[in-house]
Amino acid sequence: MHIKHKFYRTASGSRLHVLDEFSIALANGEVAALVGPSGCGKTTLLRIIVGLDHEFEGRVQLPAHGRLGVVFQEPRLLPWRTVEENVRLAAPQASDTALSALFATLGLAEHRCHYPGELSLGLARRVALARAFAVEPELLVLDEPFVSLDAALAARLRSELVELVSRRPVTTLLVTHNIEEAVGLADRVFLLSASPARVLADLPIDRPRIARTADETAAIRAVIERRVDQG
Amino acid sequence: MNLMLRAASIALLLAAWFAGSHIVGVRLLPEPQTVGLAIVQEARSGALAFNLGVTLARVAASFTMAMALGAVIGLAMGRVPIFDRLADPWLVMLLNLPALVIIVLAYVWAGLTETAAIAAVALNKLPIATVTVREGARALDRTLDEMATVFRMGRWVRLRHVILPQLAPYLAAAARSGLSLVWKIVLIVELLGRPNGVGFEIGVAFQLFDVTRILAYALAFVAVMLAIETFLVQPFERYISRWRARPT
Repeated sequence: MHIKHKFYRTASGSRLHVLDEFSIALANGEVAALVGPSGCGKTTLLRIIVGLDHEFEGRVQLPAHGRLGVVFQEPRLLPWRTVEENVRLAAPQASDTALSALFATLGLAEHRCHYPGELSLGLARRVALARAFAVEPELLVLDEPFVSLDAALAARLRSELVELVSRRPVTTLLVTHNIEEAVGLADRVFLLSASPARVLADLPIDRPRIARTADETAAIRAVIERRVDQG
Repeated sequence: MNLMLRAASIALLLAAWFAGSHIVGVRLLPEPQTVGLAIVQEARSGALAFNLGVTLARVAASFTMAMALGAVIGLAMGRVPIFDRLADPWLVMLLNLPALVIIVLAYVWAGLTETAAIAAVALNKLPIATVTVREGARALDRTLDEMATVFRMGRWVRLRHVILPQLAPYLAAAARSGLSLVWKIVLIVELLGRPNGVGFEIGVAFQLFDVTRILAYALAFVAVMLAIETFLVQPFERYISRWRARPT
């Protein structure tokens, strides 16, 4: 199955030119990262893709069933429901074993009955990740999921994300302004220009994620940074 | 400490009452023990339980009706701007219509019936419940709404797990203020056009200038409403805010 997303937005309601002739396509199971300066319209783009913004010209084509797993910038949990209820409400079809495995991987096993108000930001982010994976999405969308976490914690969460994706491959779109994060997670990096956002460069990363060494990662990163400077 | 202060406050009230009845005379203000005896007497004959029960049933019926309708209309007004603009003038009119006018018109149009009585009370309470719930619906968190959309939550799941918990404090506020308003209006409705209930008894006592009876019924009913507030409303509030109560 080949999945294509295509859309462009020439003028929004307020006549603000956010996205211009914007077009990307992802292959099934591919992890793509969108990297661009803040305020370039990345979040707008994600809102269009997940169907929260309908005022655009163009076309978005989702996978057959269009089952989405979304991790927003903020965790967006229901504060009056426990961790487990939060996940189950989004994914009523998830089996007990699948959920237990998910909670175990993300270190949430002992927090199942806690309310989101009792969790740290890092834990709340993990719950948001668990929720997105529990629906067994065909498209996983992550909007700066690790922003405002300290470096060590962000790194831990990143490796947990890599583990989850490798266990059950899922087409993923990750938005970030952190190049290292993009290189560490993605098979493919799209560099975006400042507003109105266009795709400046489409850089596939050939080496599989797990086999990448620190040196190689640094090399890819250098290439990308050079492109950013040119762009 | 809290309990002692409360007891002291009640004791002070009784003392003031006792002193007052000696100043203005027991005909105008009977002593507390006289009223207490009257309550016991009415309770023995079964009249107290009957009248309290009848009034309470009317309170429950009109309260439930007003809250249910108010919640639905308030939610719709808070969520749909066009409906809000359409219904707002009606709401303002209903808010400013004196309770007495609604009651009298209901009796004139529908006769001195139970339906007219309950509908009149519900109509008095409805606009206040609507306004409170509308405030809550306007304050709903849009980001959670989007989350529910993205994860394809069904209507019922959304209402129950996303919207209602956010409205709960507003519903509780509407319920609390509503309960006290409703029972006061129910008494007027009973006085004007019902052959039983606390309001009717007080009306009869008024014609006989029987202050003891008036106080006996009033106090008994206040006690019932206090019990409802303490044993029903407050535990319910604690239950719905349990996720806040726990320490971090």
